Amino acid sequence: MNKSVCFYFQVHQPDRLRQFRFFDIGNDFHYLDEFSNRTIVRRVAERCYLPANRMLHDLILRHNGAFKVAFSISGAAIEQFQRYVPEVIDSFKALAATGCVEFLSETYSHSLASLSSMTEFKKQVKQHADMTKRLFGVKPVVFRNTELLYSDMIGAAVADMGYNVMLTEGAKHILGWKSPNFVYANPVNPRLKLLLRNFTLSDDIAFRFSDKAWASWPLTADKFADWVVSALEKDDVLNLFMDYETFGEHQRVASGIFDFMNALPAAVLARKIDFCTPSEAVQRYQPVAPLHVPYPISWADEERDTSAWLGNELQEEAFNKLYALEADVYKTKDDNILSIFRKLQESDHFYYMCTKFFSDGSVHSYFNPYDTPYEAFINYMNVLADFELRVKEKLKEKKTK
Amino acid sequence: MRVLMFGWEFPPHIAGGLGTACYGMTKGLAHAGVDVLFVMPSASGDEDQSSVRIINASDVAVYDTFHDVDEYLGKVQFLRVGSNLHPYIDPVDFTDLVEEEQRSQSEEFRFYFRQKYKFSGKYGKNLMEEVARYAMVAGAIAAEQEFDVIHAHDWLTYLAGIAAKRVSGKPLVIHVHATSFDRGSADNIDTRVYDIERKGMLEADKVITVSDLTRNIVINKYGIDPEKVVTVHNAVDFSGREKLSVDRGVHDKVITFLGRITFQKGPEYFIEAAAKVLKVCPNTRFVMAGSGDMMNRCIRYVAKLGIADRFYFTGFLRGDDVQKMFALSDVYVMPSVSEPFGISPLEAMKSDVPTIISKQSGVAEVLKYAIKVDFWDVNALADAMYGLLNYPALPKLATERGREEVDNLKWDSAAVKVRSVYESAIEGK
Repeated sequence: MNKSVCFYFQVHQPDRLRQFRFFDIGNDFHYLDEFSNRTIVRRVAERCYLPANRMLHDLILRHNGAFKVAFSISGAAIEQFQRYVPEVIDSFKALAATGCVEFLSETYSHSLASLSSMTEFKKQVKQHADMTKRLFGVKPVVFRNTELLYSDMIGAAVADMGYNVMLTEGAKHILGWKSPNFVYANPVNPRLKLLLRNFTLSDDIAFRFSDKAWASWPLTADKFADWVVSALEKDDVLNLFMDYETFGEHQRVASGIFDFMNALPAAVLARKIDFCTPSEAVQRYQPVAPLHVPYPISWADEERDTSAWLGNELQEEAFNKLYALEADVYKTKDDNILSIFRKLQESDHFYYMCTKFFSDGSVHSYFNPYDTPYEAFINYMNVLADFELRVKEKLKEKKTK
Repeated sequence: MRVLMFGWEFPPHIAGGLGTACYGMTKGLAHAGVDVLFVMPSASGDEDQSSVRIINASDVAVYDTFHDVDEYLGKVQFLRVGSNLHPYIDPVDFTDLVEEEQRSQSEEFRFYFRQKYKFSGKYGKNLMEEVARYAMVAGAIAAEQEFDVIHAHDWLTYLAGIAAKRVSGKPLVIHVHATSFDRGSADNIDTRVYDIERKGMLEADKVITVSDLTRNIVINKYGIDPEKVVTVHNAVDFSGREKLSVDRGVHDKVITFLGRITFQKGPEYFIEAAAKVLKVCPNTRFVMAGSGDMMNRCIRYVAKLGIADRFYFTGFLRGDDVQKMFALSDVYVMPSVSEPFGISPLEAMKSDVPTIISKQSGVAEVLKYAIKVDFWDVNALADAMYGLLNYPALPKLATERGREEVDNLKWDSAAVKVRSVYESAIEGK
């Protein structure tokens, strides 16, 4: 066997902000919409995290360790699990105990810090790695950035932090004629290997699975395994990266997604293709070429760039105002302030302000608690204005002491 | 294709948005290859006739084709009513002369054969009489002219449209710019107007509504077959308008309400939001431009809330003053409770003023870059105002993209849709 499929699932839940009016500024230090956070996290846990974890656990036992997957769980999601559904953490721990699950490293708060402040970025990566080690007993060695954001510079910085592998999107405008199904390397620091998402086959599961207008509907495990075979005919490793919420949340249980996933490992293994984790993939397969990515890419939208979060004036304004507070936040040396600063960095807040209504609008509106980007922006800026006041107050307190 | 179109007014002499819409639409139709014969009750002769031929109903003698007046009246079944009528649009001032003339005509309400009727073309107290007489004249015009389809704008002309249809046998398209439900609250509508509206909708082969909001009203409150109701959103025509530059006397930000001060326009929500914003941003000024039956109540409310030093009433604005008001504004707000379409937010956006509109307005269906709030949600309205005043990226984006958006709302494309409605009416689909 010299061909592999590499599964990685992203687990993330944003800290949704409550409706924060301007007359709350300076009066209310309470930003989160706990009701909707709790409701949504519990709902998703019930529909996805718990049953999907059970299924993966069964699959790993059934295939005697021949089936493997990787997870990246954001700090924001972990904190909400701890608060609202701690049994989810236990079920991830049970998966970790099988030894067939790799946990990846990312920014603690699912942030876009790599586009603004390398200091903050590195702090968050360390915070996340520490958390992962504490919960699952293993220090992560593979890095995946928020939304698979990647560029030559981000890759070099990640290599400096001691990581050897990073995941990103197999973006068409970067690859050109090249196949995403090989290991590549960062051109600045070739020690950093890259695994690229095969977006066609990944999205066949994540987006198109239940689409009855799709020519290949219904998708069966055998059909998909045949596609895997033809994709890997001359290639090394097929990277299927997707949101974990694909199972049971984005694709409902009635669509048959669980049955599909339950049957897939056997169908793939029967075709003489095995499963590996990201760190195993780079041990098995040599990088074929350096990959030049001068401008940041991501796995979002048709553009595969940063425009879903930083594509208009509203997003840039909010983003710049937020990171302008960085130095002051550090000076307060206040854990509570720092924790809120991290929550406000979650990429989702900027995603809600996106004005690309048409092309990917439907995906955006699915994830969006606001009716319009304007509402999202006004609400966020009100919260940020209040947060700025808190930071200033704290600093004044410190001075007078 | 030739259309016989019944309107009530045409620029330059207009009291509401109807005349402006008719003007833009006829120009668009001319570009789409449709000839328009535009009938109006009282033409002054200075209307722009470059794309339409205007027929002045006051100049049309009624022939004795109809020997019995009662029979004719029976056909159109119009209502003869007294003078206690709610006017259609109220801030229009009438000269004593016009009123006097109307009173004298009202007293002798009889139909004279071969006689011309001098219409006022205004929205006066003899409106119902004029509406009925307009219908009779319409019958005469329809018998005389060649055309393929009839198009009647708003309830004032529906009876005329029906008369023309009965006389000529041509299909009738009626255009709903507003309904009784937009003029009064649901339990206080003018049932006589409602009856005329419903009659027109039932008799019509096709009904055009200016928004989906209005379409729903037509279907649900008038019980009209959804199949024949089509939405064609209004457009705007800003050609020939120059940008005004105005010297600002104050450096404070100005937030403006511009429209009739009546229940449907939601003025009190604007005042309540203003009071909330002023608590936090005292250096803001609010303007309520327009007049209407709630104006005095609003002035009292402003005084009661103690914000009169920052809140101004301008009265009814005419002509250039409207442009100047936009040029002086930093935010335009239209908190309408019910608005079939609403053209003024488009004018504001065209003048580079970021705009907040209510979700209950038809124009909200075509605008993406206006900020939308529920009219009753005063907190959301205040928050949107605050956001536009304090977070510069917001007005910047709303202004730039808003102007592009408004520029793309063309009468030519609306006219193409209207023409296809004509076609389906003619084919009887």
